[in-house]
Amino acid sequence: MKGDKVLDCKGLACPMPIVKLSKGIKEVNSGQVLEVVADDPAFIPDVKAWCAKMGHGLVGTNEAGGVYTAFIKRS
Amino acid sequence: MDDKVSLIVFSGDMDKVMASFIIATGAAAMGSQVNMFFTFWGISAIKKETIYAKKGIMERMLTFMLPKDINKLPLSKMNMGGMGSWMMKKLMKKKRVASLQELLEMAQDLEVNFIVCQMSMDVMGIDKSELIDGVNVGGVASFLGEAQESKISMFV
Repeated sequence: MKGDKVLDCKGLACPMPIVKLSKGIKEVNSGQVLEVVADDPAFIPDVKAWCAKMGHGLVGTNEAGGVYTAFIKRS
Repeated sequence: MDDKVSLIVFSGDMDKVMASFIIATGAAAMGSQVNMFFTFWGISAIKKETIYAKKGIMERMLTFMLPKDINKLPLSKMNMGGMGSWMMKKLMKKKRVASLQELLEMAQDLEVNFIVCQMSMDVMGIDKSELIDGVNVGGVASFLGEAQESKISMFV
């Protein structure tokens, strides 16, 4: 899977990935997918909660070698 | 009920102020309108400078003893004369956790509404000119008015 735009949140701890994500989502159009990469282990549960609250679609997540990626479709 | 979050920041402890700002920035990032009501010891978190002029002797003593700004707040536990907070800041930097100053700036950037308690300022002899810009002055009704419209209210 590939996003229309990639947002790098590696090296950031709570709450910064979510804060950056809230700004980053505005850089893709409705229906487009933002790919967010982070290494904060709380990122996946946080991004799930964020998407549920904000009404954006969490299309997929994956983890590889301590790097977490979330694909978010802007509503 | 509106999508609002209201926090009372009563504590001036570094760790508790940090928790407050993390919740505030997190809530703002989740689309809520956030109010932070700074009262009593919490006012130290929004100070930018210290002014002694035009203050009485007891107010001056209090001004001298209070933290000068958000970077000087003590830890609620194990502060050990400042060594604890120094160590905590080192660890936070090492673990790449945002500093209190960065969290404060992030909250401002996310348009978190800062309200300072007029009565506490009066009692402690803190002048509005000692506070960072963009802070609104209010009383208990200002907070309650916001809290009644909030889904989440917290006292820290």
